[in-house]
Amino acid sequence: MSAELIMQVQGLRRDYVQPSDFIDFIGRKLRGQGKPPPVQAVMGVDLDIRHGEVLAVVGESGCGKTTLGRMLTGIIPPTAGRVLYKGRDIAGLTGAARREYDLAVQMIFQDPYSSLNPRMRVGDIIGEAPVVHGLVSRAERDEYVCSLLRKVGLDPGYRERYPHQFSGGQRQRVGVARALALKPSIIVCDEAVAALDVSIQAQVLNLFMDLRRDFDLTYVFISHNLGVVSHISDRVAIMYLGRLVELADTEEIFARANHPYTQALLKELPVLSAGKRRFDPISGELPSPANPPSGCAFHPRCPLAMAKCREERPVLQEVAPQHWSACHLNDVSGAAGAAGPGTPVADRHLHNAPQTETA
Amino acid sequence: MAKQSDMNGNNDLLLDVQGLKTWFYTRDGVVKAVDGVSLQLKRGEILGLVGESGSGKSVTGFSIMGLVGERGKVHAERMMFDGYDLTKVSAEQMRSLRGSRLAMIFQDPMMTLNPTLRIDTQMMEAVHAHEKVSRRAARERSLEVLRMVGIPAPEARLKAYPHHLSGGMRQRIAIAIALLNAPKLIIADEPTTALDVTIQGQILYEVQKLCREMGTALIWITHDLALVSGLADRMAVMYAGHIVESTSTAELIERPMHPYTHGLMSSIPSLGTRGQPLFQIPGSTPSLLHLPPGCAFRTRCYRADAQCEHAPSLLPVGDDHLVSCWHSGEKS
Repeated sequence: MSAELIMQVQGLRRDYVQPSDFIDFIGRKLRGQGKPPPVQAVMGVDLDIRHGEVLAVVGESGCGKTTLGRMLTGIIPPTAGRVLYKGRDIAGLTGAARREYDLAVQMIFQDPYSSLNPRMRVGDIIGEAPVVHGLVSRAERDEYVCSLLRKVGLDPGYRERYPHQFSGGQRQRVGVARALALKPSIIVCDEAVAALDVSIQAQVLNLFMDLRRDFDLTYVFISHNLGVVSHISDRVAIMYLGRLVELADTEEIFARANHPYTQALLKELPVLSAGKRRFDPISGELPSPANPPSGCAFHPRCPLAMAKCREERPVLQEVAPQHWSACHLNDVSGAAGAAGPGTPVADRHLHNAPQTETA
Repeated sequence: MAKQSDMNGNNDLLLDVQGLKTWFYTRDGVVKAVDGVSLQLKRGEILGLVGESGSGKSVTGFSIMGLVGERGKVHAERMMFDGYDLTKVSAEQMRSLRGSRLAMIFQDPMMTLNPTLRIDTQMMEAVHAHEKVSRRAARERSLEVLRMVGIPAPEARLKAYPHHLSGGMRQRIAIAIALLNAPKLIIADEPTTALDVTIQGQILYEVQKLCREMGTALIWITHDLALVSGLADRMAVMYAGHIVESTSTAELIERPMHPYTHGLMSSIPSLGTRGQPLFQIPGSTPSLLHLPPGCAFRTRCYRADAQCEHAPSLLPVGDDHLVSCWHSGEKS
């Protein structure tokens, strides 16, 4: 099993300290306060990424999914915990081994407008890194760029153009070609299709799947859109306020979501419906990570919260084979005699069938 | 105000737009952002106006609101709203209609709220712009609509500045401001696109409840067909400045006739499409600057043939179902 793990994340944490200027420093001194407490964006995540899979990381904005993705790619270092690439801690990698990791893990960003340098030609954007890293020689560069452009479905004649001459979907393809140029084995897609129109989104999603087959890629697909995730991913990790709350195969999550938060997310998934739908959302908003609630972070919004949820933080436990969930309901379900945790909610909402409104 | 009696006796029609054309005269040429759009809306009806970016759906909304800038010329054969002829009203009259009988909610609540003014100032200003009431009454009204859109502790929120509030809360405030003068029609331009799914669900819940309780008509402009299908009574699909298909929601979802609507619906990723390639519409939305003659969709359409070089017109194909296509029909 462990042989096919391409990347492992162990107890990963990332804190952000609010920058404090001189006045603030003096003010805090006078009031007898210490340093401002750090904001924990990611509060301890354990995750195994298998070779060749598409792992989706899903959550609302502010849940730490982007920070997690950036730590995977090594853009920002973790505050605590380890990222292992092919069994080796990336913090300890140096020289050739570090470079192998740097090249093997690439990222595609959300905004195809701000992630491409507007002053560089597309040929340079794609071709610069492979030449610098010695993957291709300067003489072969042009041909290499052309072949990549063809692979992502762009005309090779476009390599002399600048990013502003492309539409959003085309730019995203340039971003994909840039990531592919370094022959990566893992691509972290951070909301890579969120900014695209439906018809263009379908094209880019199909491209991702074709490339996965052709290049034997592993994807970490960060998204808030469960519709996209259900289509593309093999496994889904649900994040809430810096922690994983549920992790399972896609079919399992969509058929038997365990955590009340996952159930709430699934319920909100827009589906084509001929009848009117009764919207019945969970209340409240994601709490601030600067001041997280006690116990289970989801308890202020949870319709099934108990006294225990306010005091004790639930840990991830395997509720079914290969299905982990962090919820106290899993402990009491046996006593309550219910078929499983959150069953009442699950019955009502799991298939998020549009409920015809009774006017 | 020149309120005309409706000659056709269509008294239940709140909005009747025929042949709306909004053209922008730019240095590079004429951009026909909206090119002959016709819309009809009954009182209390919810219309979903669906299209991709650049289809002209937002400009249609702006044209009805009279918010098109200097560069744009709005022309309509007919644009009647609640007895007012919007093609003839003066700027002064339009301004008094906007915010009282017609209201708009925009995509980005960061941009629509003034960051330097407290919520109560902005809300009471909107009340006072249309009615001479005391400050106390204006405040009471503000509190009332804040409660209606489900804002917890509305008294405290009135004292807050926009940056104190989250995106979802700001959008609720924007909706509350739109509701202040009990408008007959609200035009919502992608109001939930910038929000998280759970917050989006909350906003949809409130909007659906408000429209039902107050009988407000709503035009919900969006690119998300699935989202609006659960909300709207009727749908209109736009492409390159034209409405290509328009019918009731149930009919559109069950029997889409236009190839573009087929494409939009089958390219939505879901659990059912897992493991297989998604249906994709080839190419991308055309530039409105140099639109070729004929059907604008023909370069991307799987049914296109020589006939499509002539522009089709929006014709009925069934009971209350309009399609603009030479080869309309259900997907085979």
